[in-house]
Amino acid sequence: MITLKVNGQQREVDVADDTPLLWVLRDELKITGPKFGCGIAQCGACTVHADGVPIRSCQTLAADATDMEIVTIDAVSGKEAKAIQAAWEEMAVPQCGYCQSGQMMSATALLRDTPKPSDADIDSAMWGNACRCATYHRIRAAIHRAAEIMEG
Amino acid sequence: MLPMPHRTSAVPAPLGAPLGVLTTPSRRGFLKLTAGAGAGLIIGLKLPALTKAHAAAAAGDGTFNPFVRIAPDDTVTVIIKHLDKGQGAATGLATLVAEELDARVDQVKVEYAPANTPVYQNLAFGMMGTGGSTAMANSFMQYREAGAIARAMLKDAAVKQWGVALADLEVKDGKVTHAKSGRSATFGELADAASGLRVPTQVELKKPEDWIYIGKSFPRVDVVNKSHGAPNTYGMDLHLDDMVVAVIQKPPMFGATVAAVDDADAKAVPGVLAVVPLPVGVAVFATSTWPALKGREALKVEWNASGAETRSTDTMLQEWTARAAQPGTVGRKDGDMAKAIADAAQVIEADYTFPYLAHAPMEPLDIAIRFDGEAAEIWTGSQFQTIDQAVAATVLGIPPEKVSINTMWAGGSFGRRAIYNSHYAAEAAMLAKAWGKPQPIKLVYSREDDIKGGYYRPAHAHKVKIALGADGMPTGLYFHAVGQSIFAGTPFESFLVHNGVDNSAVEGFEDMTYAIPNVLVEATMAESKVPVLWWRSVGHSQNAYTMETIIDRAAKAAGKDPVAYRLALLKDDPRKTGVLKKAAEMANWDAGAPAGRYRGVAVHRSFNTSVAEIAEVSKRDDGTFKVEKVWCAVDCGVAVNPDNIKAQMEGGIGYGLGAILRNQITMTDGVVDQGNFDTYEPLRITDMPDIEVFVIASAEPPTGAGEPGTPPIGPAVANAIMAATGEAYTDLPLSKHDLV
Repeated sequence: MITLKVNGQQREVDVADDTPLLWVLRDELKITGPKFGCGIAQCGACTVHADGVPIRSCQTLAADATDMEIVTIDAVSGKEAKAIQAAWEEMAVPQCGYCQSGQMMSATALLRDTPKPSDADIDSAMWGNACRCATYHRIRAAIHRAAEIMEG
Repeated sequence: MLPMPHRTSAVPAPLGAPLGVLTTPSRRGFLKLTAGAGAGLIIGLKLPALTKAHAAAAAGDGTFNPFVRIAPDDTVTVIIKHLDKGQGAATGLATLVAEELDARVDQVKVEYAPANTPVYQNLAFGMMGTGGSTAMANSFMQYREAGAIARAMLKDAAVKQWGVALADLEVKDGKVTHAKSGRSATFGELADAASGLRVPTQVELKKPEDWIYIGKSFPRVDVVNKSHGAPNTYGMDLHLDDMVVAVIQKPPMFGATVAAVDDADAKAVPGVLAVVPLPVGVAVFATSTWPALKGREALKVEWNASGAETRSTDTMLQEWTARAAQPGTVGRKDGDMAKAIADAAQVIEADYTFPYLAHAPMEPLDIAIRFDGEAAEIWTGSQFQTIDQAVAATVLGIPPEKVSINTMWAGGSFGRRAIYNSHYAAEAAMLAKAWGKPQPIKLVYSREDDIKGGYYRPAHAHKVKIALGADGMPTGLYFHAVGQSIFAGTPFESFLVHNGVDNSAVEGFEDMTYAIPNVLVEATMAESKVPVLWWRSVGHSQNAYTMETIIDRAAKAAGKDPVAYRLALLKDDPRKTGVLKKAAEMANWDAGAPAGRYRGVAVHRSFNTSVAEIAEVSKRDDGTFKVEKVWCAVDCGVAVNPDNIKAQMEGGIGYGLGAILRNQITMTDGVVDQGNFDTYEPLRITDMPDIEVFVIASAEPPTGAGEPGTPPIGPAVANAIMAATGEAYTDLPLSKHDLV
C-alpha cells in the first residue's frame, strides 16, 4: 500500500512496486487526463506535474512519487494554467486532442519558469511532447498568446 | 478473411471518387441536389428518401429527425454520423444544422449516432463510415436539410399556437418571433409540440449570401473539453464497473501462428486473471492495464512461421523494383507512349521506392465489449461502424442488430481505425467469447502493438519515364507502380479495383491533368502477408511525390521555372491553376528565395480538393535541412469551416512532413524493426515549419479537407532540397540520405 498526494488529495493504492504512476492515476484512481501514448517517455502524453515540475508519469514509479505533490491536467490551477487553457480554446489548438493534456502541462510549467518564452524556449520545453495531428504551429502560437494573456 | 459485411441497397462509392459517382438510382432524387449544392438554386427541394426516414422519427419528444433533437431546456443536439478523430467532422455537421436552424452557437451540442446503417450511412459509401475525406461532401445537403426541416416544424408549431401567418414569423438566434404581435418563443419552448407535427416534404434552404456560419466561423464543439483533460471522451479512458483489461500477444511475423504457449510466469503476475490462446495470438486478461502488459511480457510463446512473411523489406523492394521494369497492367493509356519515347529529345527515367508507413495515431487502438450471450455492446472510436458491427456479430454468432456501438471520440486515426476487416472488433469478440462472462472487456493496444501490427501504408516501387520535346515540354509520361493492393479482397474491391488495377496504386497518375499527349499508367499487384491499409491520402501519399518530383526534374532539364512550367501544363485545369498561382503569390515566388534558403513547389489534387504548397528550406552547418516555411493554397469548394480547413492543411502538412523526413517501417527476415516512438519518431515541434494557408473562395460543392494537405508536402520539400543540392531523392525517407 502506498500513499500518493494527487490533485490535492491523499490517495491510498495497493499496487505492485513496479507500477508506473501513469497506470495508478489512470486505472486505480480513474484520473484519465494523463494519457497513454507510448509507455517509454517518448511522446509526453502522460505528462503531469510533480512538485510543479513536468514529468513523464509512464516512466515514473508510483512508489517513487509518494513524497511529491502530483497534479494532473484534471486539476491544474494558477494563472499560467488558466492562460494556457484560454489560449488553447481561443486558437482552437486541439484536433484529436489526445496529446493535448500533456502538451498543456508542459506549456504551463514553461510559463511558470519563463513567463515570456522565446521560440527557442518553446522548442526546448515542448520538444518531448509529440502530436501526430501536428498541431505544433498552433501550440507555439497559443503559448505566445498565453504569455500575452498573463501580461493582461 | 472474415465474411463481407452486409451491404445496403445504395452502392458504395470509392473513397475519394468524384461526386458524380454518388448518382445511384436509389438516391437519385437526393443526389441530383448534391451535384448542384452551393449554387444558390436549392429552393423547394423534393426530399423523398430523407423525409421518409425522418417521418418515422417524428414523435413529439423533441426528436425532429434522426439528426436533430431539441430539448425543453433549449439544447439542440446534432446527431453525428461520422467519427471525429480530430478532423473536425462533428463541428462541421453541427455547423450545417445550426446554419439552417438559426440556432445559437451556445445551444448546440453533439452526440454520436448509434450503429444504424440505413439511417446514418455515409451516402458516398452506402454504409456507416468515415473516410476518403467525404464527411462534408456527403453530408452537406443532408444535414442542412435536417436543420431546415426542424426549423420549418418549429415555425409550424408557432403558427398553430399563436394563430398567426407563417410569412410573418422570423427565426433568429434560437428563437421564433412574431413581430406584429410581439410574441416570441425559444426553440426549447416549441420543441415538443413542433416535433410531433407533420414532417414537411419540401423545405427551403438558405441562400449562400444569407449564411451566418458556413464559410464564416463556428467554434469547434470539442475544443473546450479537449483543453481540459478530455474526460469520458476516448475509448482508452473508458472505465466500466467490473471491467477486465486484455492485451493480445501477436505473432512476430505476419502470418505466423501460435505453436506452443508457456503461460506459467504470466499467470504468476499478480492481477493476471487468465491467459487464452486465440486464433490471432495469445490473450492475457487482467484486472487492469499494467498487470496485463506485465503478464504478456512474461509469456513464452513458440510460433509457427510456415506461411508467414519472412522476407526483409529490402529484398521485397528490390524484387518490386525489378518487376517495375517489366510491363504492368494498364490503368490509363493516352496516345502512343513508345513513340513519344522514340521521338523524344530527352527522356528522364527514375526508379522510386516508398517504405511501409504506420499511421501511429496518438491514441493506440482500443475497443471495449460486453457480451451476455445474446447481445453485445461495443465502445470504441469506430470509423466503419457497419463493418465493426457486422464483424463482431459474425464472430459472436449473433445478428448484426444485436451489436450496439457507442462511438467514442478517437485520438487520431489517419486511416487506421477504418479497417476493412475490422480485425480489432473481431479480436474484441474473440475475447468476449473466450472470457465467457458478461463483464466488459477492454482490449488495449500498446504503442508496440500499433507500430508492429501491420495495416501499413503499402510500400511501393515506381518506375517513371518522362519524354521531353525539343522545347523541353513533356510529350509522354510513363508510370508503373508495384506494391500490394489495398482494396483487393476487401468490400471495396468491386469499386476500386478495375481490370486488375488497384485505384490507390495509380491515383494521381490515372487522373493526372497535366497536358501531356502520351500517357501510359500501369500497376502490378505484389503479394505479401503484410496487412496494408489506407494511410492519410492513400495512394496520393506516394504518387504525388513521384509525379511532382519528376515534373520538377523535367522543368529543370528544360531550363524552365517550376511554377511557370506547371502552369503551362495545367491550362485545362483551372482549379489547380488557381491554387498554384495563389501559393506562388503568397510566397512571392518570382522574387526567389532569400539568401541561404531554397524553395520547392508541388501541386496535387486528391479527394477532389486541389492544393498547392511551396516549401522553403534552410541548410544547417552539418549539411542537413530544416523546413522553415510552407505556403499553402487550397480549393475545396465551399469552405464550411475555414479555420478548420486551415487546421487540416497545417496538420496534413505536418503529418506528411514527418513521414518523408524519417518514418519507415522496415522488416528484417519478416520481423518489424521499429517498435515505438524512439524508432518511429514522430514529427516534433522543432521540425514544424511556419505555415500560411489560404482557402480559395468557391461556390462549388464542398470536397475533402482531411487528407489533401498531405500529398504535396513531400515533393515540395524534396524539390526545395533538390534546388539546394542538385540531387534527386527517389527513395524515402529523406533520413536515408543524411538530409535531416
